[in-house]
Amino acid sequence: MSFFFEVLIGGLLSGVMYSLVALGFVLIYKASGVFNFAQGAMVFFAAMTFVGLNEAGLGFWLAFVVTTGVMVVGALLTERIVLRPLVNQPQITLFMATIGLTFFLEGLTQMIWGSTPLGLELGIQDQPLDWLMDKTGINVSQFDLFAAAVAGILVAVLAVFFQKTRIGRALRAVADDHQAALSIGIPLQQIWGIVWATAGFVALVSGLMWGARNGVQFALTFTALKALPVLILGGFESVPGAIVGGLIVGASEKLAEVYVGPMVGGGIESWVAYVIALLFLLVRPEGLFGEKHIDRV
Amino acid sequence: MATSRRTIGDVILTLERISLGFGGVKALSEVSFDVREHEIRAIIGPNGAGKSSMLNVINGVYHPQQGTITFRGEIRREMVPHQAAAQGIARTFQNIALFKGMSVLDNIMTGRNLKMRASILEQAIHFGRARREELDNRRKVEEVIDFLEIQHIRKTPVGRLPYGLQKRVELARALAAEPSMLLLDEPMAGMNVEEKQDMCRFVLDVNEQYGTTIVLIEHDMGVVMDISDRVVVLDYGRKIGDGTPDEVRASQAVIDAYLGVAH
Amino acid sequence: MLYREAGQFKTAYATDQQIFPIRQDRVAVIAVVAFAFLVVPVIGNQYWLSAILIPFLIFSLAALGLNILTGYAGQLSLGTAAFMAVGAFAAYNFVLRVPGIPLLVAFALAGGCAALVGIVFGLPSLRIKGFYLAVATLAAQFFIVWALVRFPWFSNYSSSGVITAQQMKIFGVAFDTPLEKYLLVLSIVSLMALAAKNMVRSEVGRAWMAVRDMDVAAEVIGIRIMYTKLTAFAVSSFYCGVAGALFAYAYLGTVEPEAFTLDLSFRILFMVIIGGMGSVLGSFLGAGFIVMLPIVLNISIPALNRLLYALVQWSLPASITSNLELMVFGGLIIFFLIVEPHGLARLWQIGKEKLRLWPFPH
Repeated sequence: MSFFFEVLIGGLLSGVMYSLVALGFVLIYKASGVFNFAQGAMVFFAAMTFVGLNEAGLGFWLAFVVTTGVMVVGALLTERIVLRPLVNQPQITLFMATIGLTFFLEGLTQMIWGSTPLGLELGIQDQPLDWLMDKTGINVSQFDLFAAAVAGILVAVLAVFFQKTRIGRALRAVADDHQAALSIGIPLQQIWGIVWATAGFVALVSGLMWGARNGVQFALTFTALKALPVLILGGFESVPGAIVGGLIVGASEKLAEVYVGPMVGGGIESWVAYVIALLFLLVRPEGLFGEKHIDRV
Repeated sequence: MATSRRTIGDVILTLERISLGFGGVKALSEVSFDVREHEIRAIIGPNGAGKSSMLNVINGVYHPQQGTITFRGEIRREMVPHQAAAQGIARTFQNIALFKGMSVLDNIMTGRNLKMRASILEQAIHFGRARREELDNRRKVEEVIDFLEIQHIRKTPVGRLPYGLQKRVELARALAAEPSMLLLDEPMAGMNVEEKQDMCRFVLDVNEQYGTTIVLIEHDMGVVMDISDRVVVLDYGRKIGDGTPDEVRASQAVIDAYLGVAH
Repeated sequence: MLYREAGQFKTAYATDQQIFPIRQDRVAVIAVVAFAFLVVPVIGNQYWLSAILIPFLIFSLAALGLNILTGYAGQLSLGTAAFMAVGAFAAYNFVLRVPGIPLLVAFALAGGCAALVGIVFGLPSLRIKGFYLAVATLAAQFFIVWALVRFPWFSNYSSSGVITAQQMKIFGVAFDTPLEKYLLVLSIVSLMALAAKNMVRSEVGRAWMAVRDMDVAAEVIGIRIMYTKLTAFAVSSFYCGVAGALFAYAYLGTVEPEAFTLDLSFRILFMVIIGGMGSVLGSFLGAGFIVMLPIVLNISIPALNRLLYALVQWSLPASITSNLELMVFGGLIIFFLIVEPHGLARLWQIGKEKLRLWPFPH
């Protein structure tokens, strides 16, 4: 039984990692209605930049600040070059533009920092908590708990930001209808700049967490793909949904791999999350926390 | 004054105690009326009265929570859009529902989709039956295009047309299906006087030449009183008047509704 | 002046509806087809045939398939490569296990298998739209590749799932040399492109476009949404399946499931975007562009390097080429979406419009 809990908790915690990436998506989608496929590439870029700067001699916090600055600049550039010309285009066009952005960022990252995987040390060990191990025999990593805490704090801050501040309201208006928001005087460009910069920051945090766990390498861009099932489960526009969705995906994936996997030959982690999301979509297309869209004829 | 141009036939559509709600909003409450074959029936009422919802119920886009629809003798709880189309009901929409990526000709041709029987394989080879059908339907569509005087724009992408012409193309698409009943949702909205006169003429011609039963929603009282045989008045989802234009015009309840008197 | 339609009146619907109503277009297309069939075999060298023209044709076919699904029917799909994989492995198994089966029949059946799989993974489209549907196709992409590896029967129990395409023979005539393969692929692709053009200008094409533009209205006028969407998936997957079979038989020779990556699916999607969504010509233009791009980069970057070195004694590092390719790709996608979302096909049309006026300014 404790094995089950171990797998479950391991899954939940790895789900938290997914949630972190999904958060970036939700931010941008909530505020600009754009599904930012490039979020994974941003995670990769941010992580690589941080490690690159770190290895070049800058200390941890300095590298962190500088990288954040880089992400902000990148966000502003993206807004200027990619988003502004595409204002009010259909969603699908913007989505494809972000796919283009993904390729561009991947090439840029590897061009600047090379393509060998890099290690990342955050000072927290990936070791089991001894006291928990002794008491219940369950193996839970310190690092995973740290990641969960970080995610929790981020979510709380973002939730407050969206609900309580004026900028948050403006963001929601923009997500609903670009042109209408423009016509009541919401400074669209500024808002988008802010949102993408924030998403960039979230990408940096996710990149650090993932990088510390798995090393910083090209495969990080594919975390974007894993975030998709998370978003489907949680709803594209919900910050708590990203967390819950991440937890469910992480847990189901691990449980499926351990209990169902051996029956079908293993390796089902590559697609099980998508199938779960798919089945979920058929029952509840807008996700657990998402909003139902009613089309007026 | 509405003159009797055609012999108005028996009742072909009966709506009984239709109630429709969305969440907390009640769009229609216990509305009942009937429509006779070959007549022009108008649905009028202030904004938000539920007129468009009524049309949507008739051809199955919305499903009422209560009530029945009897069309050509068949009683049912709800219509399915595909079935409605197959049974000869065509319609136009308040916010134009044309296929913006296609030309005028292609849009109207889609109206004839139910008449085309060739399989995909036959269409891929474009030989024999598929080719013949395509040409036959093109011929029929050209008749509609002549009827509505839109020959000069047949290859234009629909998105580029002015509003009035788009409405005409939508009507053409509905007519191409050779419907027995036509539902028109504010066909003259947003038009100037000349365009309205043209549209009126077309609607009357359709009714006279093809005998099509017409149910139309319209705000322009002059038009309604002029061309309709009978009128239904809705207010806040309820029926408050039903009869000939003269009867309805004289009804106190209707006058109150339009003047905004609480009732 | 050359491109005027003056004097070309249509007196019957049939002539108005033909694929190339303008005489100059007809002449041009016949010239291109004649060139492809008659001239290229004479002047083409091995490299051009096997490394450029054959993959160009095969990808055009796959792009055509995806264009039908995403461009005409409006159903976004990220699983194109998976359907190609189905076609490749199905063709292999048919040829392997059904002795004496004609090659073209095997290809057609392979396409049929891909169509069936396409229908299954297209079923979610009845409930979900947009990106959500893209996720469903991603499920197809990952699941199919996993299944082809997991069940060794598909690859006849070879290690790591590699299959070696058998020799291609039609009526006893072998298709071994690049020239023979090129002519075979050219013939198949030409016929299927013609079929696609016929379909999109017929009722089924209009139904697809209607569902793409406004499915509620389409339903109201009698178009059956389910049937239309599923046929889009079926036809599209058929095309991709045949493309996959050709990919294995006429291009690579040996192939494994992992060759049909998500990256390949994206590449084909880019061909459709850049070439023009909702355009048969666009599929070819896009495929040509994406096939030629790495080659152009491979030639121009060393040339650029030589120039830079001569000027400033410095040249770009060697690792840059593949990364630059990615950046150029990405940049071009964004560029096209901003400047001409309808892709090269639309630019082509605009060019033709200008040609009508040439040499006059307006």
